[in-house]
Amino acid sequence: MSTTVAGMIFIVSLIAVLALVHKPLGDHMYRVYSGTRHNPVERAVYRLLGVRADAEQSWGVYARSVLAFSVISLLAVYGLQRVQDKLPLSLGMEPVTDHIAWNTAVSFVTNTNWQAYPGESTMGHLVQMAALAVQNFVSAAAGMAVAVALVRGFARSRSGTIGNFWVDLVRGTLRILLPLAFAGALVLVAGGLVQNFSGVHEVTTLTGGTQSITGGPVASQEAIKELGTNGGGFYNANSSHPFENATSWTNWFEILLILLIPFALPRTFGRLVGQVRQGYAILAVMGVIALASVLLTNVFELSGDATVPQAAGAAMEGKEVRFGISNSATFAAATTLTSTGAVNSVHDSYTPLGGMMTLFNMMLGEVAPGGVGAGLYGMLVLAVITVFVAGLMVGRTPEYLGKKIGAREIKLASLYFLVTPALVLAGTAVAMGSQERRAAMLNAGPHGLSEILYAFTSASNNNGSAFAGLTVNTPWYDVALGLCMILGRFLPIILVLALAGSLAGQAPVPEGAGTLPTHRPQFVGMVVGVTIILVALTFLPALALGPIAEGLS
Amino acid sequence: MERLPSRLRRHLAALRAVAVLTVLLGLVYPLAATGVAQALFGERADGSVVERDGRAVGSSLIGQSFTDADGDPIRKYFQSRPSAAGDGYDPTSTGASNLGPEDVIDVLPAGSDEGRLSLLTQVCARSKAAGELEGVSGARPYCTPDGVGAVLKVFPDRAVSVNQACPAAPFIASYQGLKVECARPGEDYAAGRTVPVRGDVTTVPVPADAVTAGGSGLDPHISVAYAELQAPRVAKERGLALDRVKALIDEHTTGRALGFMGEPAVNVLELNLALDGR
Repeated sequence: MSTTVAGMIFIVSLIAVLALVHKPLGDHMYRVYSGTRHNPVERAVYRLLGVRADAEQSWGVYARSVLAFSVISLLAVYGLQRVQDKLPLSLGMEPVTDHIAWNTAVSFVTNTNWQAYPGESTMGHLVQMAALAVQNFVSAAAGMAVAVALVRGFARSRSGTIGNFWVDLVRGTLRILLPLAFAGALVLVAGGLVQNFSGVHEVTTLTGGTQSITGGPVASQEAIKELGTNGGGFYNANSSHPFENATSWTNWFEILLILLIPFALPRTFGRLVGQVRQGYAILAVMGVIALASVLLTNVFELSGDATVPQAAGAAMEGKEVRFGISNSATFAAATTLTSTGAVNSVHDSYTPLGGMMTLFNMMLGEVAPGGVGAGLYGMLVLAVITVFVAGLMVGRTPEYLGKKIGAREIKLASLYFLVTPALVLAGTAVAMGSQERRAAMLNAGPHGLSEILYAFTSASNNNGSAFAGLTVNTPWYDVALGLCMILGRFLPIILVLALAGSLAGQAPVPEGAGTLPTHRPQFVGMVVGVTIILVALTFLPALALGPIAEGLS
Repeated sequence: MERLPSRLRRHLAALRAVAVLTVLLGLVYPLAATGVAQALFGERADGSVVERDGRAVGSSLIGQSFTDADGDPIRKYFQSRPSAAGDGYDPTSTGASNLGPEDVIDVLPAGSDEGRLSLLTQVCARSKAAGELEGVSGARPYCTPDGVGAVLKVFPDRAVSVNQACPAAPFIASYQGLKVECARPGEDYAAGRTVPVRGDVTTVPVPADAVTAGGSGLDPHISVAYAELQAPRVAKERGLALDRVKALIDEHTTGRALGFMGEPAVNVLELNLALDGR
């Protein structure tokens, strides 16, 4: 079988399994977020937290709860890193430097998982488990909570509340993420991932040299890292490391974990608003964009159109033999289409156009299908913008799911869309403005600009993957990228929750003759168009100076 | 609780939430996962360690260098791919080169500056070395015969082969009527137009994975093509029949999982162990 045919079957098999599981999983998540009963474990947790599980929150209280939880998380992750030498299982690692600890804390709390540090030589097992992996769970659960809160805004009418953050957080963690992660971890160990508590042990190799074999609770972290679209690797080499991704089929399984929840959430959305077909329309938008992107990334990488890949005979630099080029490209597309940012190959060494696809995927705003939760609320905001644009064209008041999209709603949606481009372009411009910061680039010329543009795009969109050549563990980059991650995560969340509150308070508008149907292919096409055109208008100049210039030279 | 200001109450709840979830997700979950994993798949959960005569010699998932103290290949062993992890295959410093696809111009050593090899030159040099080791041609497109990137900087009145330090003879004498010069270390050629020259190499015996570093720096595999290229040398060094060595390659080749996942790959450590065990 040729590489191309095998690579296409690989993609088709992923689609087939996602098609099979999105419905049961989406329905399960619907029951989790709409159920009224608490199980005994959850009741115990609520008692420990001191929260009243049946008290509903207004959007403001909901948002403040998200922020309070994130601030405390941030302090906990920062603190644990700073005192890791005094904790058990530290493997003798030093306390993490302040600017790296700050960057890492922000990175994991915001579901970005940008890594300015090499895992195997910086973090002991306890920090990996109790600081970083915990955030892998809860930052994902927080994203899902916010998405569900927005959907409740559409589903409710004349309501002052949009749910209870603590309940959404705990249920999402315990009923969705934890069981899936546990099962996923065991599957990964069966594939060869390590799961132990040993430190480094030295072996004498065949040729008489020494090699340090590293250990750790890797599989348990890998499972939630992919499932929660987090992406922060246990090791510096992330999912290209054989202990994080041992075989060609663990690679397939990890891609499945990445896409699992983001592609099931539209079903949950459809059930929550009582119109399953609305969920399928959103799913179709995500699916069309994702498939196009996966195929293009494959085409560009397999063609190997650049000087070094031509000289080598294939774009194998930074790619592992067991995965090959096509499956690496598929992983790269999946990890950047969602806000995962795990890598099984090095995007910096991709062909100019293949590397551009990973950049473009993130610039889409992580909506196709996007991070867990974040992808759904991002896509719903784009749908709101689309009905507004359509309303302008035909001169009707725009409506979506029975709610009027008035001045307040469209202001919130527009602000949402503007946050990340503003952070990306301003951040890149400031970095390029100084000789010292430009010196952090590994590669010269347009590829160097791509490295910096990639870093700010990745941080602001909470992706976390890197064109890893850039030397980012300097105080300036750690602080700047940390700010981009925080603002890129929490400003949109506040805007989304404000939108949810405003929608929930409205009375429903009955469907009339002039209502744009939002479940038909026509609407799907329009949302795809709006998404791509908005991104193209925003980022084309920057892309032209980076990857496009490199690809044309 | 109820009498506290709501802001304080919220942060207290957050503090407790972080504490409770840290215990549950940060301790109970990994411990339980470890317990079950160790019970079901203990050998794999411990890192797939391979032993010889009862002593651990590595992991079947982690590649090794098969070179001597000077870094030269040991001829009786199959060689792994190039590695960017530390000094090569160092699991405490994993990673890739991160060099871009158009990284084609070296910084030549000049005075105290040690210089830097471009990715293209690394590929060319590895190809030349592998060709010499296996007794085949190491020539590739975009490479000079002396194993550096064939790249010109073109100026209005001259062209410079930027990766060939003087007094090397440039790989072509002239380019579009301009005389091609060798490069003087330390001189700034940035203003010229970069022109990589493909050349007319058509057959390339050394495969792509032999001249590129993987993503982790620990890639335990090589392609079947690279294993077959090395087979005659290993057979000769060990006095084995070539067929026997090829049969061992087959035995240690993992095909695509389910017939379509990944690429066929030869596990170098296991193959070399099998050869030693004979």
